[in-house]
Amino acid sequence: MNSAWFTVLKRDLLLAFRRRSDIATTLFFFVIVSSLFPLGIGSDSAILSTIAPGVLWVAALLAGMISLARMFAADYADGSLEQMLLSPQPLSLLVSAKILAHWLVCGLPVVLLAPLIGLQYALPNEAIGILVVSLLIGTPALSLIGAIGAALTLGVRGSGLLVALLVLPLYIPVLIFGALAVSASQHGMTPQAHLSLLGAISLLALVLAPLATAAALRISVE
Amino acid sequence: MSINWFKYSSPQAFYPLAGKMIPWFSWLAVLFAIAGLIISFAVAPTDFQQGEAYRIIFVHVPAAWMSMVIYIAMAFWAGLGLALNARLSAMMAQALAPTGAMFTFLALVTGSFWGKPMWGTYWVWDARLTSELILLFLFIGFMALQAAIDDPRRADRAGALLALVGVVNVPIIYFSVKWWSTLHQGSSINMGAAPKMAATMLQGMLLMALAFWMYTIAIALMRVRSIMLERERNSDWVKSLSAPLSLKGDA
Repeated sequence: MNSAWFTVLKRDLLLAFRRRSDIATTLFFFVIVSSLFPLGIGSDSAILSTIAPGVLWVAALLAGMISLARMFAADYADGSLEQMLLSPQPLSLLVSAKILAHWLVCGLPVVLLAPLIGLQYALPNEAIGILVVSLLIGTPALSLIGAIGAALTLGVRGSGLLVALLVLPLYIPVLIFGALAVSASQHGMTPQAHLSLLGAISLLALVLAPLATAAALRISVE
Repeated sequence: MSINWFKYSSPQAFYPLAGKMIPWFSWLAVLFAIAGLIISFAVAPTDFQQGEAYRIIFVHVPAAWMSMVIYIAMAFWAGLGLALNARLSAMMAQALAPTGAMFTFLALVTGSFWGKPMWGTYWVWDARLTSELILLFLFIGFMALQAAIDDPRRADRAGALLALVGVVNVPIIYFSVKWWSTLHQGSSINMGAAPKMAATMLQGMLLMALAFWMYTIAIALMRVRSIMLERERNSDWVKSLSAPLSLKGDA
């Protein structure tokens, strides 16, 4: 059982590594979106540091979302997804490996790049630290919830836009607690409560999302 | 005597039953609406703080109630359809979605009309308004997903899963939004502190809520009849329904 999980994880990571430009696309999307806001709003560092938590979290949300379509599409197209459905291993387990691979490829780089963007937004060092921690706790939930949307829209026309419509409303709690954690630390308050809630959402998603995604895949592929 | 609960779970059996029920629910909706509107506009006293503008709550509050009730009902039918593989349940879920989205939209619009004289602005990022807006997004997502999938069986099941995921998320979204709004704005606006309602106001609101319930049932039955005909157009019972019509058309 574990070996199947590791095989799927290794395979997905290897495939992502062979197509490195895909990872870069997500990352640059994040950078470009978050660089557009100062251009639209102005370079006043007081305003920028006020909006930074929200803007950076929304940018991370969007970057995680645009890469969702890739989670199952290639496997669906070449038939390996059907093999996973037919395999004796529990589908939700294999799906959780795919979701982890997606987070490692699309979520983690955004987390690692965030401090750089935080500096551009004149965030104080402490707030940057909380930003990284909140993204580290929160972005797995984005990949987990997003997987349900990606599985439901598999092979549907206009799936790229549709997945945004389905998934973004469900991302709202993650956005709220993530951004609140950062702005709380900016205002000298402890972000602990927000981070705990963020962790709770991620854990809940970790339990339920692979099951829901597996059910959605069975609906979409049958 | 055992009741056969599944007798009306086939579209063929339910179609005529729904046809018989629609006039009843439509008339009840009209009667409740007339009684409710008379009480709301003629009987209920003018509010000493809010003046006449408060009367919009007779539409607003029942619409907001209905938007939530319909989402739960939709998820219930969708879940039932998914669990029992019952076609009719999935069709009911599909039939309820547009009405739910309509009531959500109505609640938002009437809420902003109420907000203008009361709060001096059409829109406030208040917890209730924001979560109602998110509910509208959930309804639209459900309808968009069903519309995008051509195979009706897959559309039913995918929509059902989305509705169930939504139901799990609705409380989380509600509490996160509530907390968010209490942190972001002071207690300048407090909807909980509204003065106690006069009994007639409550009666008017309940009558309007009943009218909306009846309207929802009537319109959902009408819509589910259309969905049945469309989906089962190649089956014998639909053909036998349309046969006399087509003969008339030929003559």
